[in-house]
Amino acid sequence: MNLLTAKNITKKFVGHTALNNINFKVPKGSISGLLGPNGAGKTTLIRIINQITFPDKGQIFLEKELLNPSHIAQIGYLPEERGLYKKMKVGEQALYLAQLKGLNYHKAKNELKNWFNKFEIENWWDKKVEELSKGMAQKIQFIVTILHKPKLLIFDEPFSGFDPINADLIKNEIINLNKDGATIIFSTHRMESIEELCNHITLINNSKKILDGYIENIRSEFKSNSYSITYKPKRERLENNLIKVIKSEKTSGVYKDIIKIASSDSANIILQHYLNFSEVKQFSEKLPSVNDIFIEAVQNKNNE
Amino acid sequence: MIFLLKLYRIKTMNKINIIIQREYLTRVRKKSFIIMTIIGPVLMAALILAPIVLKSYANETKNISVLDESALFLGRLSEKESIKFNYLPFQNLKQAKQVVGTEYDALLYIPIGSQGDINFLEKSIQLYSNSPIGINTRTYLQKEIESILEEEKMKIKGLDKKTISAIKSYVNISSITIDEDGNETKNFDEISMLVGGISGALIYFFIFLFGAQVMRGVIEEKSNRIVEIIISSVKPFQLMLGKIIGIACVGLTQFALWILLTLGIIFIAQSTFIQNKYDVSIIGNNLTKNQIQLENAPNAEVLHALEGLFSINFPLILGMFVFFFIGGYLLYAALFAAIGSAVDNETDTQQFMLPITIPLILGFIIGSIIIEDPNSSLAFWFSIIPFTSPIVMMARLPFGIPYWEVLIAAFLLIIGFLITTYIAARIYRVGILMYGKKTNYYELWKWLKYKG
Repeated sequence: MNLLTAKNITKKFVGHTALNNINFKVPKGSISGLLGPNGAGKTTLIRIINQITFPDKGQIFLEKELLNPSHIAQIGYLPEERGLYKKMKVGEQALYLAQLKGLNYHKAKNELKNWFNKFEIENWWDKKVEELSKGMAQKIQFIVTILHKPKLLIFDEPFSGFDPINADLIKNEIINLNKDGATIIFSTHRMESIEELCNHITLINNSKKILDGYIENIRSEFKSNSYSITYKPKRERLENNLIKVIKSEKTSGVYKDIIKIASSDSANIILQHYLNFSEVKQFSEKLPSVNDIFIEAVQNKNNE
Repeated sequence: MIFLLKLYRIKTMNKINIIIQREYLTRVRKKSFIIMTIIGPVLMAALILAPIVLKSYANETKNISVLDESALFLGRLSEKESIKFNYLPFQNLKQAKQVVGTEYDALLYIPIGSQGDINFLEKSIQLYSNSPIGINTRTYLQKEIESILEEEKMKIKGLDKKTISAIKSYVNISSITIDEDGNETKNFDEISMLVGGISGALIYFFIFLFGAQVMRGVIEEKSNRIVEIIISSVKPFQLMLGKIIGIACVGLTQFALWILLTLGIIFIAQSTFIQNKYDVSIIGNNLTKNQIQLENAPNAEVLHALEGLFSINFPLILGMFVFFFIGGYLLYAALFAAIGSAVDNETDTQQFMLPITIPLILGFIIGSIIIEDPNSSLAFWFSIIPFTSPIVMMARLPFGIPYWEVLIAAFLLIIGFLITTYIAARIYRVGILMYGKKTNYYELWKWLKYKG
């Protein structure tokens, strides 16, 4: 079941089309990546979901309801261009933003205190934002985004500006929120940065959708039947014409081969073959990275 | 469904309220607001009180010795609070000069003319002092001497003072307007000019001051990059409206505080150190005792001015002032907000300011022209057109304007504000999300036409 379904979304600006008849869906409970190069239309799509701008054509449903202003309280959004009032105190500002999301004052204050405790930043409450570092301010923005416990969380380039430690902290919080039932959309052009987080992806390029689906399915669809094997030869190497060695390299007595087999064959034949003449140290399927998939999908699309 | 819609509306209003509160509180708590609130009335009160206070300090009593060889003036120069006379016994001028600066501040020397020629005196009276005596004292002495000499000359010509004051005439034409129903109102043009000019200028000043605050607020949100976070929770229009209303409240608060504090300061100042010297009863006594009838003429002018001041309907003026301030402010504030949304920083605002500053300055100029002829067709039209009406109508209002004109102006102002707000909102919602691009008028026009 999909938490969010966008049907035939088209958005044109004077001079260019930002989104061209895009169908976009986010399965409930998933961590879904919205991937594509800069200028592909990701931010426009996200702004439409947040009702900041509106599509020229198409409809969006949250669960089964047509998207409307009452859904604002159910969506949390961390924009790519994000900041805070510099002269305002941290606590006051977080309260203000939480109230705008529809929380009442007391509830917002309680929730905020909890999160400030959790992140061990209680003493920031009365500081002005200009006294905080960029990473610290990002933490506040993160808290404000998730404070009202939305069903759907949207992060646009979430990890830009975070140092590795804080990025990790935030990543873990996002995974926890997902475990607690929130559906998550990540939008980024740095595809490798969220590869291990997402279980569902949508690729867009040049205002069109290229591909979407669960990442496992996509990977198996795009897998090239390549494997990598590391071994120590015990006797002379045998030949087998089912196994095509693409690349072989030797480092201090240990060999590493990249092998391709026919898609109809099982990977077992590789192991059986190598066990005959060597001690196998490591064996794995070489899965395509999202980046590889993206490049291939764009090429396929162009060839169509 | 209708219930849900109502609930949603309440929430919408609620969100605008939250925005208004933030905009208001952050500004009212700023040091600059508090300083402005205190400095404004102090300056204003100082402006009003300074001449009075300074006068009361500057006019220390001056003791002037009089060496009168002509013997015409003995005992006849009238004294006042700050000037006392001592008539010296007949002596040498040299002797008299010796005590100047010690016993007396100055020496007034009146020589005897050849054969007591009065005309000779006009040019030959001298005032000796150690330091310059000040123009006020000198003018006072001249006036006194003139009046005594005139009296002497009259005597020579065989006229007495009573006859002269009976002949002397002071003309003061009362200007009265008759309306269609035959009701008569007395006009006090000078006072109306003053009140009209001041309120028109204040409106002009306030629109610029607080309109620019709206613009700066929008630029701040845009350059802070907080705006997208906010408009994922509220509509851009709500954010804009909340900001405009919040700052309007700041303006009204400041205005109210200014009036209260100014009145307070004047009241306190008056009751502490001006009262004794400028008590009305003392002035009254002085008038009856010392002033001769001839000098009652300026007094009539004061009375006329006072009557004029009371003839102005201050509650109406104040009410209309608040209305035209709010109306004019709203009309322009929306445009200021649109400009703020179209640029990345304050220096880029210049190119878009022209459409705002031209009508405002035009209003100001026309306002200052028409207070001399408040019922000309120029005055009428510019006090009706929404872009200039807040200033020009305020300048005209103290002269007594037919109610229907005020109503039309008010109605058009509301329409005008709705239109500018609509246009501004359409530019604003696109502009706040545009970064790093230099905008021009063509761009704004395109934004205006965007759907949704």
